Amino acid sequence: MALPKVIGTETEYGIAAVGAPDFNPVLASSLLINTYAGALRRIRWDYEQESPLRDARGFEPVQVREPTEEDMGLANVILSNGARYYVDHAHPEYSTPECANPRELVVHDKAGERILERSLLEVDRILPPRQRLNIYKNNTDGKGNSYGTHENYLVDRQTPFGRIVRDLTPFFVSRQVFTGAGKLGFEATWDDSRSPAFQLTQRADFFEAEVGLETTLKRPIINTRDEPHADPDKYRRLHVIIGDANMCEVATYLKLGTTALVLKMIEDEFLPDLTLLGPVAALHEVSRDISCTTHIRLADGRRLSAVQLQWEYLEHAKKYVQQEDAGPGHAELLVRWEAVLSALEDDPLSLHRELDWVAKYRLLDGYRERDGLEWSDPKLRLIDLQYHDVRRDKGLYYRLEKSGKVERLTTDGEIERAVTEPPEDTRAYFRGQCISRYQDAIAAASWDSMIFDTGQEALQRIPMREPLRGTAAHVADLLERSPDPTTLIDLLQG
Amino acid sequence: MPQEQEQKKAQKKAGGGAEAEAGQVQASKKGEKLKEEMDEILDEIDSVLEENAEEFIKSYVQKGGE
Repeated sequence: MALPKVIGTETEYGIAAVGAPDFNPVLASSLLINTYAGALRRIRWDYEQESPLRDARGFEPVQVREPTEEDMGLANVILSNGARYYVDHAHPEYSTPECANPRELVVHDKAGERILERSLLEVDRILPPRQRLNIYKNNTDGKGNSYGTHENYLVDRQTPFGRIVRDLTPFFVSRQVFTGAGKLGFEATWDDSRSPAFQLTQRADFFEAEVGLETTLKRPIINTRDEPHADPDKYRRLHVIIGDANMCEVATYLKLGTTALVLKMIEDEFLPDLTLLGPVAALHEVSRDISCTTHIRLADGRRLSAVQLQWEYLEHAKKYVQQEDAGPGHAELLVRWEAVLSALEDDPLSLHRELDWVAKYRLLDGYRERDGLEWSDPKLRLIDLQYHDVRRDKGLYYRLEKSGKVERLTTDGEIERAVTEPPEDTRAYFRGQCISRYQDAIAAASWDSMIFDTGQEALQRIPMREPLRGTAAHVADLLERSPDPTTLIDLLQG
Repeated sequence: MPQEQEQKKAQKKAGGGAEAEAGQVQASKKGEKLKEEMDEILDEIDSVLEENAEEFIKSYVQKGGE
């Protein structure tokens, strides 16, 4: 029986300094986060269990770990909503708390945008006049430099990694038709065309391998980082690096929801072999075809469009939900998935309320036509970038949202709550509540631990190796009965 | 392709005469409305777009990540 899918996203945001061309993006990111975090800066990140170079295929790490951002004194904070907000290389990065379903994830992913926006407002007050920072939730600078939006899924350690690779690769190649955030121009290193044409995804150009550990060069469709942040004997955390940063709530919901359901089917050996011939080339072909009709080749001899391949997954998912797993929210997900595939088949451009690549394409094409611009015009490239601006008065996605031109799945109230409050049905609840209640007594924290300093000689480490324990149902009462951290630790140990 | 889909497509292809003409009138009205809506969106973009697009785009460079 497949495991419940605990999920989360990590988004590296693009950062620019207007009026200060020589700015240092690392320090600017750190300033942004520290200004927002205030007193929470004091709590350290607990690195004890981290091993980003461990490989899911069983290889041992071969590189010496580089100094972490923490070593360099850069921002790295845990928020009261259970999220992690930190500097990753030269970007501010926001990792959502663990969520138990895709709709909750959408709320928390959006809360990340609000936190970045609020950070900008606060940092604005301390920057010199005529300087400001801009933040973009996208994945490329349009000059061949990409940064990631990673997804994480809890999977069963027992599931052979080879099966995950076999069944997930064709899914990742084909899901681009609804996960793409849209991009003007081709940036692949092998491509000398410098074509300014529009493609479905921001990320496809940067992928060159089928399977591997790398995330910054020779990026693989399936990333093998094996760092579960949970009981390693029972769990993997599948680290997915191939997705785009989505602004549209429907796109985020479908991206996480369908992938989680496909992973359940993989765990239960429910899927047939849909292996592609040349998945890397197919990935690029699908991204570069906005009609969504290009046929890609399967190892079984068939030639299917990405949408047809998605229908195969959907038909199996329907059977799976009927026969094996009528989990909450699955029916709703299937309805949405089917509606989007139908529309992609009929007229992809009709999905401008649901999908980022379509919403963006419509803006670009409309603007181009009105002003008689070439596709290579810098104004169009600016629209492509500013679509992702997190400021609600400047970001073009948000202008569409404000006038009701994109579909919402959440409310502003829910998102606002998620800026400070954790999800209730994962261990993020315990983490977030501890931060709100006992902030001064927490020395460090991580995904799977809380370390308390209650004034005793030794620090007290509370392990959290089970992502679905520490929920409101488990610990709300315990927390209510603990006016101070010493009582909490006594109750937990008693 | 599921049956529902095929039926929808078949319905689209069928129909003719007056019905089709009415459909065309409706379609062009809908088209006009879409165009108006689009013009509004584009005007709005003009009002918020960063100044000096060429320079702005040139200076947006991101190094490092993941």
